[in-house]
Amino acid sequence: MQTLLGILPDALAYGMVLFTISIGLSIMMGLMRVVNLAHGAFAMIGGYLASFALTSLGVSYPIAILIAVIGTVIVSVPFEFLLYRRIYRRSDELTQILLTIGITFFIVGIANYIFGPTSKPIPLPDLLKGPFDLGLRMIPAHRLFVIGCGVVTAVALWLLIEKTEFGVRLRAAVDNGDMAEALGIRTQIVYSATFALAVGLAAFGGVVGAELLPVEPYYALRYMVTFLVVVSVGGAGSVTGAMAASLLLGLADTTGKYLAPEFGEFFFYVAVIVIVYVFPHGLFGKAH
Amino acid sequence: MATLSVTSAPQSAAAGLRNDLIAAAVIAVVGAIGYFVFPDDLAFLIRVIGLAFLVISLDLVTGYCGVATLGHAALFGVGAYAAGNVCLAGVTDPILMLLTGVIAGTATGLMSGLLVTRFRGLPQLVLSIAFGQLVAALANKLSSITGGSDGLAGIAPGPVFGVFNFDMFGRTGYIFSVIVLLVTMVTLLRFSRSPFALMCRAIKDDTLRARMIGVAVYPRLVVMYCVAGAVAGLGGALTAINTGVVGLDSVGFERSAEALIMLILGGAGNLWGALIGAILFELFHHYVSAASPFHWMILIGLLLIVVVLFFPKGLVNEVTRRIGDLRQRRAAR
Amino acid sequence: MTALLDVQRLSKSFGGLRVTDDVSFTLSSGDRVALIGPNGAGKTTLVNQLSGDLLPSGGRILLGGVDVTTASIPERVRGGLVRTFQVTRLFTSLTVAENVALAVMQRRGLTKRMFSSVIDRADVRDEWQSVLSLLGIGHLAATPVTKLAYGQQRLLDLAIGLAMKPRVLVLDEPAAGVPHDESPRILEAIGRMSPEIAILMIEHDMDLVFKFAKRVLVLANGALIFEGTPAEVKENDAVRAAYLGSYANARRAS
Repeated sequence: MQTLLGILPDALAYGMVLFTISIGLSIMMGLMRVVNLAHGAFAMIGGYLASFALTSLGVSYPIAILIAVIGTVIVSVPFEFLLYRRIYRRSDELTQILLTIGITFFIVGIANYIFGPTSKPIPLPDLLKGPFDLGLRMIPAHRLFVIGCGVVTAVALWLLIEKTEFGVRLRAAVDNGDMAEALGIRTQIVYSATFALAVGLAAFGGVVGAELLPVEPYYALRYMVTFLVVVSVGGAGSVTGAMAASLLLGLADTTGKYLAPEFGEFFFYVAVIVIVYVFPHGLFGKAH
Repeated sequence: MATLSVTSAPQSAAAGLRNDLIAAAVIAVVGAIGYFVFPDDLAFLIRVIGLAFLVISLDLVTGYCGVATLGHAALFGVGAYAAGNVCLAGVTDPILMLLTGVIAGTATGLMSGLLVTRFRGLPQLVLSIAFGQLVAALANKLSSITGGSDGLAGIAPGPVFGVFNFDMFGRTGYIFSVIVLLVTMVTLLRFSRSPFALMCRAIKDDTLRARMIGVAVYPRLVVMYCVAGAVAGLGGALTAINTGVVGLDSVGFERSAEALIMLILGGAGNLWGALIGAILFELFHHYVSAASPFHWMILIGLLLIVVVLFFPKGLVNEVTRRIGDLRQRRAAR
Repeated sequence: MTALLDVQRLSKSFGGLRVTDDVSFTLSSGDRVALIGPNGAGKTTLVNQLSGDLLPSGGRILLGGVDVTTASIPERVRGGLVRTFQVTRLFTSLTVAENVALAVMQRRGLTKRMFSSVIDRADVRDEWQSVLSLLGIGHLAATPVTKLAYGQQRLLDLAIGLAMKPRVLVLDEPAAGVPHDESPRILEAIGRMSPEIAILMIEHDMDLVFKFAKRVLVLANGALIFEGTPAEVKENDAVRAAYLGSYANARRAS
């Protein structure tokens, strides 16, 4: 029971970090059908920018998040314009995999060329540093913050997709891109906006999740497949699916690491194999 | 009449034999050049040959069958660990070690193939990743047979055929590796012209159409995965024999991803492309990485982007196509 | 004569929609039957159930007296039931000869061979050459598929089907997409096929249908509404109504 109470908040927090970063990729893959292994690289750029803003510019934590998100979106524009646009919905997986591996290597190399090959601390504000008394037990305030960020992201995305004009266009384009185009929806603009949204969410998740997934030179490579796996387990394009997959895999991974740390990611990937084998299109995915 | 109008036919048996001989000669000559021109870099060349097996194996499933995989190093690594273990257990004959690697690789290929070729697209890719990561996690955990993060060390193979001892300069190891590569390449080039391999290419082109001419696709792809496993396991065993150690990197994700990059640089669907891709990548890595690992990453990233966008068939196929065009233009003149 | 292909009360529903509605017909050796019907009548859905792409919701399909209703695609092919596609599906990285030779080798159980190329073995070669010659594309044997004109690709599609030595050959709009003046060549090629094969052809072009078929099946809204000779079909009011209805619908939609 004590172990369970110890595991749950960590598992929940880890799952929420996975969700916050992966959900952008999920929407992007659902809409543009692009297997993007460079998603973690954009989360890493966010982490690097936030670290730079906090340690060198001395801004406050919320401002650093803002700088990270906006900065990453700006940095990503040439990638979208020059590279991603060519592979939306068209290319086979192999092309997409290789192109986005190339992008990841390039970003890792450049980031470390500019900022140096050391890990990048993202100091927390005092408010999030200490423990927080839940009544039952104390848990680190940062864990609660991360969980809150995940919930807010999920709700905001749900509102965006279900309640706004952009959401209508997005859903139309997901369901039938050619039809949407024929109805006069400018799919290229929807794609670009979705790409920016995905990258912004990646950066946001990269910064707030830095306590659990530390920002370091090989971040983009270390987590290259993690986010892709989450999306695949949940089902590309599904917010509910991404949430379910993140929580499930977060739990599998955290429990495994608590109870049998020497097994590493063994339990995480056992869960992945079982789920994907039974639900090849993901828990909440649709066949294309 | 109708028969006469068939202008040129697919390869005849005689032409096939000629190709085999040319292939053997090319590998022997290039191998000899490596031996005499770079006597101080034999260790590096041996490493390249070992990796070439992995890339050639990957070509069999990716280039010939269209399977997108990022977990192929598992087949290589398990072969290496198996060969290392039998050696430590007292079976030091290099040929038997190679055989062990082949068997272990085939078995791993079978398991991997059963899982990975069940689906296409994203689930296929993710299952390949998960399989690779699972094997890597197990290799880390089962330190009694893998040495864990320290690696499996102290592998000391006996002399080849009981005569040729492995020397510290890698001369025996290099010659041994070139010969194994030569035999494998010639065998696989034959294999690549077989009806079986031709049908795999057909499956890659259009799986439903292949079913419609009566092919049971899934079992075939699993068999191809076993062949690929044998080749990768052979390379793993060869590397274990030559280096005396097997580390976790030999099953790792980076190894799988690099193999895919090497394949695409050279050209998928062409065994020579796979071989040359491995050599080019390692040479490039050798010289650039020495300067700075991050410069290396920037350059390989750029190179990969350029190749994918502008030479999607790989450098080897691109060069042969250009030469073909040139010849045609000359003939037309 | 016993039927080669015996379709009994075949039905298929998607959700509540009945796309194949109690369809029964038979094909015997040597039959030349056309399946016609307005757009959306369910012709391709029906063919997909025959070939095994789609499992029917009810009814039976007998091939040479054997129940193949739930058999896999390769099993049906081995039983002699072969189809072609409305949009050509070819092995695009291979040559014309390789496309046909693969079908020949597959039928003869040679594609499990891993160490010898048999594409040039006299018996195999004779077979793919004669199929290509029969369809008038023998001179293109060494050409890569991607370099063929569309009409030639359609002929190759037929050649692959023929190389399977079918007993029943289902042709899904063999002339679709082919320039109008070339479609007689396709029909001619079909005319040269062995008289023993039972051929079921789905076709829109009435000229082709009347030249080809001895018997016509008319499908509308998933059900067979008429079966008879081409001459009878021309005269039949129900058929005309079905076509006119769909014509009117099409007019309204546009």
